[in-house]
Amino acid sequence: MSVGRENLIPLLQEVQEHQGYLSEDAIRGLAATIGISENEIYGVATFYTQFRFRPPAEHTIHVCQGTACHVRGGHQLLYDFEERLKIKAGEMTADNKFGLERVACVGCCALAPVVLVDGMVRAGMKPKLINGLLTKLGHKSNGTGS
Amino acid sequence: MTTLAARYAAAEESWRDLEASRVPIFFVGTATCGRAAGAGETLERLRAEIQARGLDARVIETGCLGPCSLEPLVIVHKPDAPRLCFGNVGATEVVQILQRHVLGDDPCAEWALGTLGADGIARGGETAATLASGIGAFADHPMMRGQVRRVLRNCGLIDPANVDHYLARDGYRAFLRALKLGPEQVLDLVKRAGVRGRGGAGFPTWRKWETCRQTAADQRYLICNADEGDPGAFMNRSLIESDPHAVLEGMLIAAFTLGASKGYVYCRAEYPLALTRLKLAIGQMRDLGLLGEGIQGSSFSFDVEIKMGAGAFVCGEETALIASIEGRRGMPQPRPPFPAVSGLWGKPTIIQNVETLANLPLILLNGPVWYAELGTDGSKGTRSFALAGKVKRTGLIEVPLGTTLRQIVEEIGGGSSDGKPIKAVQTGGPSGGCISAALLDLPVDYESLMQAGSIMGSGGMIVLDEDTCAVDLAKYFVGFTQNESCGKCPPCRVGTRAMLYLLERIAGGEGETDDLRRLQDLALTVSRGSLCGLGQTAPNPVLTTLRYFHDEYRDHVEKKQCTAFVCRDLIRHRIDVERCPGCTACVKVCPAEAITGVRGDAHVIDEARCSQCGSCLSVCPPSYAAVYRVSGDLTRYEEVQTKKDKARPASAGVAVAEEAEA
Repeated sequence: MSVGRENLIPLLQEVQEHQGYLSEDAIRGLAATIGISENEIYGVATFYTQFRFRPPAEHTIHVCQGTACHVRGGHQLLYDFEERLKIKAGEMTADNKFGLERVACVGCCALAPVVLVDGMVRAGMKPKLINGLLTKLGHKSNGTGS
Repeated sequence: MTTLAARYAAAEESWRDLEASRVPIFFVGTATCGRAAGAGETLERLRAEIQARGLDARVIETGCLGPCSLEPLVIVHKPDAPRLCFGNVGATEVVQILQRHVLGDDPCAEWALGTLGADGIARGGETAATLASGIGAFADHPMMRGQVRRVLRNCGLIDPANVDHYLARDGYRAFLRALKLGPEQVLDLVKRAGVRGRGGAGFPTWRKWETCRQTAADQRYLICNADEGDPGAFMNRSLIESDPHAVLEGMLIAAFTLGASKGYVYCRAEYPLALTRLKLAIGQMRDLGLLGEGIQGSSFSFDVEIKMGAGAFVCGEETALIASIEGRRGMPQPRPPFPAVSGLWGKPTIIQNVETLANLPLILLNGPVWYAELGTDGSKGTRSFALAGKVKRTGLIEVPLGTTLRQIVEEIGGGSSDGKPIKAVQTGGPSGGCISAALLDLPVDYESLMQAGSIMGSGGMIVLDEDTCAVDLAKYFVGFTQNESCGKCPPCRVGTRAMLYLLERIAGGEGETDDLRRLQDLALTVSRGSLCGLGQTAPNPVLTTLRYFHDEYRDHVEKKQCTAFVCRDLIRHRIDVERCPGCTACVKVCPAEAITGVRGDAHVIDEARCSQCGSCLSVCPPSYAAVYRVSGDLTRYEEVQTKKDKARPASAGVAVAEEAEA
């Protein structure tokens, strides 16, 4: 791939693929290589939801908010994940163990509602399965509701 | 030319070998839906079992056959027996099928969906023996009967990673025909077929092409729009995952007609498998001399590059997509100039939806008369839809345009999934509308949907039942478009935010009578004033719900009542002291610590603390059903949630999820 201005998005995607996120250093380096300002890169990168500017959590849970998931309770799932992890969508737990994200639609509508656990689709998700799922991933419940 | 010709002979022979194979073959559907439902485990177990038993059997991975609610799907070829398609085949079932059907005489009728002809769903293949076991033709399965699979003809039946399978089923013959005919003739065929864009607006394809061809330029571009961003739509994903060459052949035909030497596939990053399949297929085309300089001895040169989207819904809009390919923020431009005149890097550019492209080989192979046999006056051919939501049989379907919503929802989809009456059908995603169930007899074509206030859109079709609140749904869609608005033009940037504010106010019980008029006015302003399609169509979910479910809006405003019991601020959870034996299940789960009471005494919810999350309702044992909800004048006791869960067809995916419960 050439390092031309037109390839900025693929280059950012490659950096993120390798580093897990776009670090300040990486953006500085890219700006120098392509010959455009860091500002311009941030301008493009922040427009797209794919790009992260912090290292990802150990486990990332994407809760699908597509239409089929919504009518089958996807919003309730997101709410429940937020309650259990005590973070909001887009945040990470203090120990960097879990990140919670909303995703517009992963296209598995026929198996709604779905969540992605570290990129793997989990079909037919239900609120009552959340605790088990999180425990399996090493979440220590700190006495919610007791 | 010789290489491709030789390859055809070899491909056709290997396909015939497959049809007449003397060893058993398992075709396992491993598209994204299949994998999500557990096809990976099925595949792993099957391979292990074959190896452990030292069997001579083949396993072939295929794409998506369509009935997603029956995934994982496996087609079994057994020598001297008709091919059988099985549904809900988890790791346990696949071993049973191997043992009882392939090695024994029992066709496992409990999982069998039907027989298939060797060359696909069109031929039934049923025999007296299969009929005697109660297994009919798969083509007669209620989900398949009303369908006409043209674009999806190969999906689920061929190995998408093996180009020989595509070649054996007339792959690239349409393109070779186009090379012989010349661009003018191809354009004429496309015009006579009457094909319209399948991406949303339904613009006649030939007209766009003509404009592009008439613009003098030293370079033209073709872009395949695979940025299927509509929540609730997955037709393009399935098609690319299951039959990538059909789309790429369509690109060759379009590029040849347009005189474009460079093409791009702009595909969402959220579709990793589709991206993998595309990459592989493009490499195979190169090997076969179907890309590059002077393709197949002609003067036509063409190459394709994949551009991965980076997560922005607005990039489905033509000019925003172009900006994104150029490496800029994906923001739309005013039109004209249209991309067909001045697009990518200022050159004439044609952007076509995945499915439109996949229609082109069909037109070239079978002619425009055949193509236009199906459909209505203004909408020719077939259309694939992603059928999902509160419907019994979900999945990817293809029907002739003009098929009624009722046929799709009730016959193919099998009606409501939870036994509750269907309330509406949402078509076209965030740009479309909610069509009331009273209009189920509406034919699905471009004009009829437009008249009903919706659009065909990219083909998402979500069935809604009484548990869906019209206000909440409108709020959901406007929340989505507001979030995805690029911010360039004020009608969309400010207007969607203001609409969302009003909807939140109504759903939150703070609505005023005048809000409904305000919402309507605002929606029309956004629709008329926005720069691009995203903003212009963003109010459709609001306008259609206001049109068909006005009473429901009024109840929210005047009675502070949500009939569907969805809007949290209008619901109160209560415990029926007569029914509650005091089991403490709800006390333990309440995240707000709002429930008090000791074992043996009826519990009480402290309304001030309650966040209306519904946890108590979901854990209250069905035999007590003591938690009930109140909204306005309505009171609702929940009839056993678990009963509903059991009624849903169990899939391996759900089973996997159940394990996590332990």
